[in-house]
Amino acid sequence: MDFVSGLRCRECGRTYPAEALHVCDYCFGPLEVTYDYQRVAATMSRERIEAGPRTIWRYADLLPVSDAAPVDLGAGFTPLVRADRLAAELGLGELWIKDDTANPTGSFKDRVVSVALTKARQLGFKIAACASTGNLANSVAAHAARAGMESVVLIPHDLETAKVTMTSVYGGRVFAVEGSYDDVNRLCAELASEQPTWAFVNVNVRTYYAEGSKTLAFGVAEQLGWRTPDHVVVPIGSGSQLTKVAKGFAELWQVGLLDEEPSVRISGAQAEGCSPVATAFAEGTDAIRPVKPATIAKSLAIGNPADGWYALDAIRKSGGSCASVTDAEVIEGILLLARTEGIFAETAGGVTIATLAKLAGEGVIRPDERVVAMVTGHGLKTVEALSGTVGPTATIAPTLDAFAAAMGAEYELTDEPAPRSA
Amino acid sequence: MVKVRVPAQLRTLTGGSGEVSVEGSTVGEALKALDAAHAGFADRIFDEAGGLRRFVNVFLDDEDVRFLDGLATPIAAGQTLSIVPAVAGG
Repeated sequence: MDFVSGLRCRECGRTYPAEALHVCDYCFGPLEVTYDYQRVAATMSRERIEAGPRTIWRYADLLPVSDAAPVDLGAGFTPLVRADRLAAELGLGELWIKDDTANPTGSFKDRVVSVALTKARQLGFKIAACASTGNLANSVAAHAARAGMESVVLIPHDLETAKVTMTSVYGGRVFAVEGSYDDVNRLCAELASEQPTWAFVNVNVRTYYAEGSKTLAFGVAEQLGWRTPDHVVVPIGSGSQLTKVAKGFAELWQVGLLDEEPSVRISGAQAEGCSPVATAFAEGTDAIRPVKPATIAKSLAIGNPADGWYALDAIRKSGGSCASVTDAEVIEGILLLARTEGIFAETAGGVTIATLAKLAGEGVIRPDERVVAMVTGHGLKTVEALSGTVGPTATIAPTLDAFAAAMGAEYELTDEPAPRSA
Repeated sequence: MVKVRVPAQLRTLTGGSGEVSVEGSTVGEALKALDAAHAGFADRIFDEAGGLRRFVNVFLDDEDVRFLDGLATPIAAGQTLSIVPAVAGG
C-alpha cells in the first residue's frame, strides 16, 4: 500500500483526493502529493531499501503509487560515477556524475514515466499520452508498450532523428506537430480537457509523474553512503526535476534515513537560447518571463516552464545559483565529459557540464564541496549536434603504409614487446 | 462576438460547455464579459491586482497574450480566446 494522504495545491492550499488531477480547480495552482510521513518513517529503513529491486521501486514507500508489479523497464539506480579527471580539469575536489544515460530508454524520463503509468493503470486508464521534447516521448512509448497500453505521443516536428525513431518503433501513435514544444504542450493541455479518459503523463497525471524525479535524490544519497552532496547541478526544462530533487533530499531527512540534516545547494543549468529561469535569477525577480526558445538543447527548450517559479525558489532557498551557457559551450561540455570520463551525454548533459564548468570557474561551485552533476540523457539521442565536430581521424586504405602515413611524423615502429601483467 | 475555449476545470461555470461566445474588443473586456455572462470566472482567473493568475494562460489564436499586450491586446473579428491551465508539460 502507498502512504499518500492526498493532493494539495501549492498556491492556495486546497486539498483533493488522490485522483487524476494536476491543477487546483480553484486557482489553477499545481497539486503536490502529500504523504503520511510518520507512517513512512515507521516503515522505511535503509535495510528495506537495500533489499529492494535495483530500480526506482526500491524507494516505493516515498512514491505516490504502490504496485507489486509496476510498469517497469528497470528505470533508476543508475551509476553514480566518481569523476576525478573532470574535477581536475575544472579545479574541483570531490565530483560525481549521476549517469542517468544508463536508463532503459536513455534518459531520466524513465523514472517519471514508470511512476506515471503505474498510477495511470491503477486509476483505470488504458491510453497513455504526452507532450514531449523527445526523451519523454521515447519513454512513454516504451513503457506503454511494456504495459500493453495504447500510446499517443505529440512532439515538435523538428526533433532529432533518433528521438523520433526511438518513439515510433514501439508501435504507438506519434504526431509531429508544426510548432514549438510550448505549442505542443498547449495542444496537449487542451486535449486533456476533451479526452479525460486518456492519461496525459505530464498533464492530468503530472502530479504523480513529477514525483518520480525524487528518486534521483534518493539514489544519489544512498550511493554516497546515506550522505547528501553539498552542491548539485540540475538542468532546467520545466523546472520540475530540480524542484523534486530538492523535495527528495528533504524527505530523506524527514523520514529518518539520514544522520545529518541535509544542506544541499542546488544550482540550475539552462541553455542561453532558452533561459527564462536563469534570467529571472540574474535579475533578482520572481517573475518568469516566457521566451521563444532557440537552442540545440531541444530537450530543455521549454520557453514557458510550468515549474520555473518553484525551481527558482528552490535554488534561492538552497543558496545555489542558476546560469546559462551558449550552444558552443554545450558542445564543449559534451566533449569534455566524454573525453575525461567516458560518458556520452545528450545536449542537455552538455548544458549541465558547461554550467558546472562555468560556476566552478566563477568560484560559485567550490573545490571544498562534494558536487554531483545530473547527466540526464544519452548522447546517441542528439548526434546531430556533433555533426562536423567529431568524426574519424582519417579515412585510409587497409594497409600498414596508409596507417603510418595517416598517423604522421611521430609514428614509429618499435621493437618493444607488448605490456604483460606481472 | 469572440469565441472563448473553456478548460475542463471551469466548465462548472458554463453548464458544462467547452466553448462560449462573448462581446469584447480587447482580451480584458472579453474576459470581463465572460464573468458577466457566467458568474465566477473573474474570481478564478484574475489575481487580487486584477492581472491573470500566475498559472492561467490565455491565448489569442496561437499566441500567449503575455507575448502580446496582455489584457489590453485588441481582438479582431473571428479570433478565438483560449483559457488553458499553465501547469503542464516538462
